[in-house]
Amino acid sequence: MPDLLLELFSEEIPARMQGKAADDLKRLVTDALVKAGLTYEGARAFATPRRLALNLTGLPARQADMKDERKGPRVGAPQQALDGFLKSAGLASIDEAQIVSDPKKGDFYVAVIEKQGAASEKVIAAILPEVIDKFPWPKSMRWGAGSMRWVRPLQSILCVFGPETEETATVPFSVDGLASGNVTHGHRFMAPDAITVRRFDDYAEKIEKAHVVLDAARRADIILHDARDLAFACGLELVADEALLAETAGLVEWPVVLMGSFDEAFLDVPAEVLITSMKNHQKCFSLRDPRTGKLANRFLLVSNLIAEDGGRAIVAGNERVIAARLSDARFFWQTDLKTKLEDRVEKLKEITFHEKLGTQFERVERLQRLAREIAPLVGADPAMAARAALLAKADLVTEMVGEFPELQGLMGRYYALEQGEPAAVAAAIEDHYKPQGPSDAVPSDPVTIAVALADKIDTLTGFWAIDEKPTGSKDPYALRRAALGVIRIILSNELRIALCAAPLKIEADLLAFFADRLKVHLRDAGARHDLIDAVFSLGNQDDLLMIVRRVEALARFLDTDNGANLLAGVKRGTNILRIEEKKDGRAFDGDPDHVLLAEQGEKELVNVLDAVVHHVEDHVGKEDFEGAMAALAELRPAVDVFFDNVTVNAEDGRLRENRLKLLNRLREATLKVADFSKIEG
Amino acid sequence: MPNAKPDSSSAPTRSFQGLILELQRYWADYGCVILQPYDMEVGAGTFHPATTLRALGPKPWKAAYVQPSRRPKDGRYGENPNRLQHYYQFQVILKPSPKDIQDLYLKSLYAIGIDPKNHDIRFVEDDWESPTLGAWGLGWEVWCDGMEVSQFTYFQQVCGIDCAPVSGELTYGLERLAMYVQGVDRVYDLNFNGRDGDEKVTYGDVFLQAEQEYSRHNFEHADTAMLVRHFQDAEGECKALLAAGNRDERHDMALPAYDQCIKASHVFNLLDARGVISVTERQGYILRVRELAKACGEAWVRTEAGGAAAKA
Repeated sequence: MPDLLLELFSEEIPARMQGKAADDLKRLVTDALVKAGLTYEGARAFATPRRLALNLTGLPARQADMKDERKGPRVGAPQQALDGFLKSAGLASIDEAQIVSDPKKGDFYVAVIEKQGAASEKVIAAILPEVIDKFPWPKSMRWGAGSMRWVRPLQSILCVFGPETEETATVPFSVDGLASGNVTHGHRFMAPDAITVRRFDDYAEKIEKAHVVLDAARRADIILHDARDLAFACGLELVADEALLAETAGLVEWPVVLMGSFDEAFLDVPAEVLITSMKNHQKCFSLRDPRTGKLANRFLLVSNLIAEDGGRAIVAGNERVIAARLSDARFFWQTDLKTKLEDRVEKLKEITFHEKLGTQFERVERLQRLAREIAPLVGADPAMAARAALLAKADLVTEMVGEFPELQGLMGRYYALEQGEPAAVAAAIEDHYKPQGPSDAVPSDPVTIAVALADKIDTLTGFWAIDEKPTGSKDPYALRRAALGVIRIILSNELRIALCAAPLKIEADLLAFFADRLKVHLRDAGARHDLIDAVFSLGNQDDLLMIVRRVEALARFLDTDNGANLLAGVKRGTNILRIEEKKDGRAFDGDPDHVLLAEQGEKELVNVLDAVVHHVEDHVGKEDFEGAMAALAELRPAVDVFFDNVTVNAEDGRLRENRLKLLNRLREATLKVADFSKIEG
Repeated sequence: MPNAKPDSSSAPTRSFQGLILELQRYWADYGCVILQPYDMEVGAGTFHPATTLRALGPKPWKAAYVQPSRRPKDGRYGENPNRLQHYYQFQVILKPSPKDIQDLYLKSLYAIGIDPKNHDIRFVEDDWESPTLGAWGLGWEVWCDGMEVSQFTYFQQVCGIDCAPVSGELTYGLERLAMYVQGVDRVYDLNFNGRDGDEKVTYGDVFLQAEQEYSRHNFEHADTAMLVRHFQDAEGECKALLAAGNRDERHDMALPAYDQCIKASHVFNLLDARGVISVTERQGYILRVRELAKACGEAWVRTEAGGAAAKA
């Protein structure tokens, strides 16, 4: 079975686009081939900074022949209908159509269209220009005088097709004047000459000899291994960074890892600053001493060249750039230390938080108030919480955060410690942004909790007030994340906070948003969504911890025999009640009349209900939901007996009404813990 | 191969002016028109009409020139080793961008003493956009051993008009390149004339005082009320010239109008450095300059050099 090799050779493709481009190429080509009736055995795509390559194995030599029968009008149909049929079937005259007899419909025309399968080469040559033309680059461009678009100028197309062992042939096609061929080039500097290729095996081998490692994963592996080896040889270890590894693998065709050093004096600057500076600006890896965990004055760079001088010039050049970058960073650090954080707060007036929500300064004023008020609820010192809130955003106007926005919070902590703030305040400055993502740690220090809650609640109430709520997939202000953050902080710290009461004063619409986020959160944790609904349906539920406790107790209760049976009984009663309420167009509230209790079953139920309601209320009042459920379970025998022996819809209207009132009491009793009608099963 | 001998005082590795001379020679040999700097204050070589306007329309164009560039906000009173409010760019524009433009560029690096067999030269993604010129393009920043030495851009749009054919723009940061090839860490220590001893003139000898004086001007003393007036005047004059130059299908004053657009842009940069423009106003000023640039571009494509068909 023949194989296909395609290579699209271009000027440098941005590192971040390479992986998806390889996947897209594979998907688009194979989809189009399969649609054209060409199946394949294997497909693999590759990307380097200068090429996308696709190796398809086990293709057929040609398409299968196809026979298509198309039904036409009846014999003797008007000329117009016949003409339409001829046109659509591609026939020159009606004589070319066959006549088929049908016992019911009479004689009609049928066109038999036989299509011979084309040679695979032809199919491929027809498909590829379209794939290239419509390639889904995130951003594409034109160049020269042409009209074609690619991520950067496309320089050559290699496309060969043929059997695994014998000679192969170039699949001839062209795109905007660029003709396909069987030639590629190696490394830009080390092997720029033309290379003629027959199939994937010799392609991979030849370009590897020409200093191109085709597979991105292998380039990353080489970088990682060489980096570790170099580090180990100096008694150091690599500061791992997956994203940087992937990026550097996308910046070179032939990775050569080299080590450089910088002045030890720079190590006075916080390690994160040095790491970020070297990574962001220079794409260099940092190293640390495995014994102390401290950053070393060394770095690793990934070059794209086996230099004739062994890399001396490259290392020297990079060392100079790193030294300049680190002295910038040190300058920022030293400059920032000259101004106290509280003196920066005034400058927050210049930073707009949101057009309609004022400046960061105004926000900090709100955060201070809110954090101070929240503090007693979470066991924090109100003065500390207010202090932390005052300083929480001050680092936004430091030089360092201006240069490296990703260091916000962290720099605030460093500067706070340097100016002698208490550790809890410093920690709150860094951690009040947390938790950011689902895997981010949840703050547990009370001062941090107070500021973190204030920060998120202020954001949410603010955007709710100006009606900028998330819609569908759009959530530009990450409000879902903020709400989830509040939920996780409350639950993991087991905090008792009534969201609707002071100081948070969350309004109904925002509370519903919290309810939704809580549902998603609990569902992700494996809770039954119907149980969550059953609790929310009670109304006035704004204490997240209690909601969750109730859901958990309910789940355990329904897992017991008593729970499951009681649920069945209550649902049966509620169903009857609902139907009769609808029939009569009225509710059956009010106490059942004891005089009208005719059957033993209903007398029993009334007696038990009174006691159970009392018990349940007692337990719920103490927030003992397990106890409340256990109390509710006492109802079960009476409910069973009731439904076994008592006819609700008695002929005597007074008895019927009384019994419906009894069922209403039963429903009310269960509503003390959950809305059983929302529970499935 | 470099034309000047490595030990000659005009070798690109020995003097700042030698670097410029070598680049000019290299691109002259390729067939570029070697222009002199535009005689107005601009923020970058791209503002020179030989780039902005010539990038528009169908006519081929090859030019290279040095352009002093002013970024008032980047002034550091001469105290920063590599930040300047006035510096030089070497600008090359090739229209349409030739197929071998990357090779041409690499050979120019070789000509100024950067051998790609020993230096790690990389094309790192960098999308270019000039909000004031209504222009954008895709390309790279070119790294040499980790240092950004050039910007490489394929213009897609200029003055809000699609570029067809597409121009390739190369911008060399001359001070950085010179610091690199001379092995100097402080821009003011660059050897300007390639001489030694008493005859040596450094970049600091030429420009340090200017950096200090202009930093004072840009940050402290420039008269902001006057600048606001100048902005309005330039804007008004640009619009007036654009209106006066209308000749049916054609336009006959695109270049003078564009000068006023450049002027408005520089005045805006000064106001920005003086810190008197708020965030919201800033956006407004940028849009106003962009409107001028777009109108000038539209006028330019109605001129002969802009490719408008000759009148019958």
